[in-house]
Amino acid sequence: MISIYKSMLSCVTVAATLAATAAYADSGDTLATVKERGELLCGVHPARHGFAAPDSQGNWAGLEADFCRAIAAAIFGDASKVRFVALSSQQRFPAIQSGEVDVLVRNVTATLGRDTALGLNFAPPIFYTGTGFLVHADSGVETIKDLDGATICVAPGSTTERNVAQIFASRGMEYTPVVIENNKQLVDAYVTGRCDALTKDKAALPGVRAYDTTDPKEHVLLPGIFSKEPLAPAVRQGDDQWYDLVKWVVYATFNAEELGVTAENADEMKGSNDVDIQSLLGTTGDYGAKLGLDEDWAYNIVTQVGNYAEIYNRHFGPESATPLDRDLNTLWVDGGLLYGFPIK
Amino acid sequence: MSHLDESMQGGGRPRPTLGNFLYSKTFRTFAAQIVMAVIVLMAGLFLYRNIIDNLNAQNIATGFGFLEQDAQFDIGETAIRYDASDSYARAFLVGLLNTLIVSAAGIVLATVLGFAVGFARVSSNWLLSKVATGYVEIVRNIPVILQVIFWAVVLRNLPNARNAMDFYGLVFLTNRGLSFTVPSANPVHEIMGLAFAAGIVLAIIGSYLARRHREKTGKYIDMLWPSLGLIFGLPALVWLAGGAPTALSIPVLKGFNFKGGATISPEFTALLVGIALYASGFIAEIVRAGLQATPRGQVEAARSIGLKPRFVMRYVVLPQALRVIVPPLTSQYVSLMKNSSIAVIVGYPDLVNIGNTVMNQTGQAVEAIAVMMLVYLTISIVTSTLMNFYNRLVAIKER
Repeated sequence: MISIYKSMLSCVTVAATLAATAAYADSGDTLATVKERGELLCGVHPARHGFAAPDSQGNWAGLEADFCRAIAAAIFGDASKVRFVALSSQQRFPAIQSGEVDVLVRNVTATLGRDTALGLNFAPPIFYTGTGFLVHADSGVETIKDLDGATICVAPGSTTERNVAQIFASRGMEYTPVVIENNKQLVDAYVTGRCDALTKDKAALPGVRAYDTTDPKEHVLLPGIFSKEPLAPAVRQGDDQWYDLVKWVVYATFNAEELGVTAENADEMKGSNDVDIQSLLGTTGDYGAKLGLDEDWAYNIVTQVGNYAEIYNRHFGPESATPLDRDLNTLWVDGGLLYGFPIK
Repeated sequence: MSHLDESMQGGGRPRPTLGNFLYSKTFRTFAAQIVMAVIVLMAGLFLYRNIIDNLNAQNIATGFGFLEQDAQFDIGETAIRYDASDSYARAFLVGLLNTLIVSAAGIVLATVLGFAVGFARVSSNWLLSKVATGYVEIVRNIPVILQVIFWAVVLRNLPNARNAMDFYGLVFLTNRGLSFTVPSANPVHEIMGLAFAAGIVLAIIGSYLARRHREKTGKYIDMLWPSLGLIFGLPALVWLAGGAPTALSIPVLKGFNFKGGATISPEFTALLVGIALYASGFIAEIVRAGLQATPRGQVEAARSIGLKPRFVMRYVVLPQALRVIVPPLTSQYVSLMKNSSIAVIVGYPDLVNIGNTVMNQTGQAVEAIAVMMLVYLTISIVTSTLMNFYNRLVAIKER
């Protein structure tokens, strides 16, 4: 009889524990939570050179990693107060939805489906790219048309998987997908010749070629971009203040480049007569307070992380390991798509 | 309630009053189980409500409506017709069939290998038994995921399509898989398949009748050759009757890949070989244990009355060994089937691989995982049930 009571008791305990742990996913005041925690939890790609990957010293390096730092700089005045959470493409959406990370800056293509059904909000894109193909140089493939009947290596659960289906169907071409989740295995399958082409966002392919192949010269990028992939930071729906904050951090980097404010000249620029520069650097107005931040929020971003051009060139500039033309990722005044809303 | 009533009418018990009833062991046990069931149900309901409320609060889509939407992605290997305009439900079905195909092939391969190695382990041939022991220790003690990756890497490093290993112009081995010549599609093949199945059924019936005959009259009829004749002869007859079509579909290198013939992909092979070898190590040990569980004296007695070695095995050792072998074999089959989910690592489009993609396209993780769990649970239970049924056939009949 005692054993029955014991097992009943254990059952009740289990139920009570479940009730206690199954707390409501926090959708309220993200900024307060982050400030209280003392660091930003930022979801990033585990290893995408140029966007986010640990460097030789074990520090996270990449354009997306730097946007995590920019958000931390705006909140804490200290770009180092970030904890990077590496997420696979399967883990990323559950991670942001459940509150495991505060913001997702992880090669996420903003789409209508994700914006609505996933309960996300997308900040302005920080990188415009599209589907690209990496092929073996000795295969004789020069354009997408030469890939009819090819075997294509692709990662699962990405927009790329859909794009390839669409790209080939719309051209009346056939292909065989080989879908491998583990990036190392995926790239290895392509490099050893299991696949005729590797497809990813075009911006990710120089990194693959530089770091994952034995001889980068044996691989060429097919010309052209075959889909629209605006990569944007994502936050949960239901916290407008937090969404605004992430959005304006992105705009601040665009505006800083447009106004010519760099990490080096920011102090000097504080004395500028230009009201736009004054608003950006917090010497005029109370724009920081409106976002729930200090007035030198954007000053901290620029001095500690840099303006957009500085961030871009650090990871994709001609001197970097993965050089890539800025292409669409130039300011609107230069014919690109980066258009920072005015800080007014 | 019937056992409650019975206990209350029990022989020398005091008159049933409410107090007695509440304190009776039967009632207590029964009540405890009810309470436990209610708690478990409520905990389940609570978790379910919690998930639904949370997802709704965050404006995340819920429900299984997405299954009817267009999948919009392609799958490399499909047993049924499928393209990107088919639904998510059909994509799941394709994945399920791929899981079943690799599991079934794995079970057959693991069983054949396992039994062979198990027999070799107890062989009196020193070299054979040591080689078998070495094999078991290797395949059993390396994690299955490493074995699968190992085979994937080995297969990937085979020559490319243009430098294919060519076997008489009929079979080609490349890092794109094994392409081999098959007879060109012909309606006769379907009838041959039916004839093959009919042959198996007839062979089973024949063996059963032969056994009945032996039990009645004591006369033994050897059904080995007649059975083989039925199983392979019937399809051969159908083939002859169908005009003996000999057209072949030979793989030819066209563009990137071999066209024509049939191709087994390296992903499938790597997964199959990895999970089957791993399971075969365990099965070999189970078989060895089963064989050694038969007392030596019985084997010696059987030999001394002049039974052929084949019959010693068939009528003395195996019937007793199977009783020991079948129950643990069942759990090996179930675990092999579950191991097939390692497919995600090498890129074989099994249920989990496709489920992952679906989960990511739709963002409905809870539903996609629920579908996968339900499917695995179902196939595991079906496998166990079938094996338990077989176990009842071979178990000692207690009457």
